[in-house]
Amino acid sequence: MKIFFKVAKYFLALFLAIFFAFPLVFMVVSSLKPDFNLLQDTGTYRAFLPVGPISFDNYLGVFDRIPFFMFVMNSLIVATITTVLGLIVNSMMGFALARMSFKGKNFIFAVIISTLILPFEVMAIPLLYLMVNLPVLSFSGGPHFTKGLFNNYQVQIVPFIASAVSIFLFMQYFKTLPKELDEAARVDGASWFLIYRRIAMPLAGPAIGTVSILTFLPMWNSYIWPVMTVQDERYRPIMVGLQYFYVNFGTAWGQIMAYLTLLTVPVVILFLSMQRFFVNSIATTGVKG
Amino acid sequence: MATILQKRSHNSIRGGENKTAWGLAMPALALIISFIVLPVVVGLGLAFTNAQLLSPTAPEFTGLSNFSTLLGVSTTTLKAEKNPDGSFVKDDKGEIVYENLRDRTREGSKYPNLIGKSEVKRFGENKEEGTIKVLLAGDPSFWRSLTNTLFFALVVVPIQGGFALLLALLVNSKLKGRNFFRTIYFIPTVTSMVVISMLWRFIYQNDGLLNKSISNVDSGYRPIDWLSNPKTAMYAIIFMSIWQAVGYHMIIWLGGLQTIPAELYEAVRMDGATAWHEFRYVTLPGLRHTFVFILITITIAALGLFVQVSILTNGGPLDSTTTLVHQAFTKGYGRQQIGYGSSISFVFFALVLVISLIQRAVTRKLED
Repeated sequence: MKIFFKVAKYFLALFLAIFFAFPLVFMVVSSLKPDFNLLQDTGTYRAFLPVGPISFDNYLGVFDRIPFFMFVMNSLIVATITTVLGLIVNSMMGFALARMSFKGKNFIFAVIISTLILPFEVMAIPLLYLMVNLPVLSFSGGPHFTKGLFNNYQVQIVPFIASAVSIFLFMQYFKTLPKELDEAARVDGASWFLIYRRIAMPLAGPAIGTVSILTFLPMWNSYIWPVMTVQDERYRPIMVGLQYFYVNFGTAWGQIMAYLTLLTVPVVILFLSMQRFFVNSIATTGVKG
Repeated sequence: MATILQKRSHNSIRGGENKTAWGLAMPALALIISFIVLPVVVGLGLAFTNAQLLSPTAPEFTGLSNFSTLLGVSTTTLKAEKNPDGSFVKDDKGEIVYENLRDRTREGSKYPNLIGKSEVKRFGENKEEGTIKVLLAGDPSFWRSLTNTLFFALVVVPIQGGFALLLALLVNSKLKGRNFFRTIYFIPTVTSMVVISMLWRFIYQNDGLLNKSISNVDSGYRPIDWLSNPKTAMYAIIFMSIWQAVGYHMIIWLGGLQTIPAELYEAVRMDGATAWHEFRYVTLPGLRHTFVFILITITIAALGLFVQVSILTNGGPLDSTTTLVHQAFTKGYGRQQIGYGSSISFVFFALVLVISLIQRAVTRKLED
């Protein structure tokens, strides 16, 4: 009886693994096949095996159809800058909230908490309106103000730097550091900023890893906001590039699969190499939230 | 009390703290106020205007007009058209022909509360007297999106939460290769929703993976165009959404499971408890906090359903998959009616807030 349960459990686990993996296996395998074979193999076990005339033609087709590397660079620029700036401003705020006592702390804390459950969808439309009507200092042809912040990197970066969740995670982490650390440093005459930079941040490795992932991944995957604010191809991120395949939809599935694979593989590699941080990032938001 | 005493005794070494603390907090605070608080406040204001996205004229205050369009519902009774002999006019199928509704809903009609509204459905036909009632709404798509959103949340919250718990129990048990399984179950979560949606579009399409696979097993099967059929489209989106997100909540449950002390299990095992008793009296009570968190996060995420809809069906067919956020984007961005779109966002926010507050109140007992 016990053996039976063990075997059944193993089969269940295996079945679920297939259930979660099959679309992604299909994606990678199909990206290597010509459209004709791709469609012919659909519905048989061959759809999940790299059989038939296998080539990288679809990938070459993708590079032909769209400025792929420019899109990748755009996404990397946007995601990296947002992550780095986010780490700086959110950790500073988290440090102040966790380690210092000051007037207005409760007010700031209340603001952070109340934005914590606010879905981005609520403010996306008014934020778009603000961005379109925002006066922006422009330097081309002498400094002057122009209206509207869109079609550039800034509009994809600036609204997403500060994050209540990141502040919260840093705050929780800094609270776990022993109080004696900064008290000793204060006695030695260190400024608060020095304590933040030289003592707290170097110890904050796990929080930095967690917050980096929680910022970088959504930025890499971001779609709706750039669709609304970036019409200029030069600043277009990678996910929006998918729109190039909507034209003649249904004819170039091989290329679509190749593009989807190119979008997904880096993230999966990142995930596999930093799995601990990924799991931490979720487990901590769950336990502390 | 202890912290107050501590603060006092360290007053001397905590000089200049106010200034520095505000300096450290300022950048993030300014950004949060500019890009989160301000948009919410502005959105609230725009909801009472006729603001357009790219319009040279300034938005005008229109009071509750957006909300009365959005939430406005009326009924009216139509009379049958009569032949000269007093009998009712009937169409080819023998159905009674009624007055034209358009006469009541168009500009300048004698029914001011019906102007601009559209028919939702007809009901309560009285064939003897020749009358029929009509339900009208200012924005039928909005009502459809509201019921779709609530339906999605009602189905997804329990199934996804329960399925995630099952997965967590599985990979938390003594199972060879459980880290491997955990990794596989989690991978859809890190994959972009845009990628997932495109993949499932192929799976669901008429000659896609699903239909062809069923056809190969059952030769009599007539393919269903899952996403173009108003009866199946929402279920297709629900299935895919759970497939994508369940791994995330598995990890959260797992975090909860691992906080339950092993001694508790040992204690009940000593008392000869069965596996079910163990689960019922140790595992479940130990997961109370995780349960509340999962309930609230899945609900908020489910109510915000949008990306997959915009890629898979764009709300169709016949509004069968449109959601509140999809309506807000369609009106606010697609049709550039920022004011109207903001009023939908506002209703969405109110809904999220009310439901989370209710959930908080109901689950308070569990939180101790």
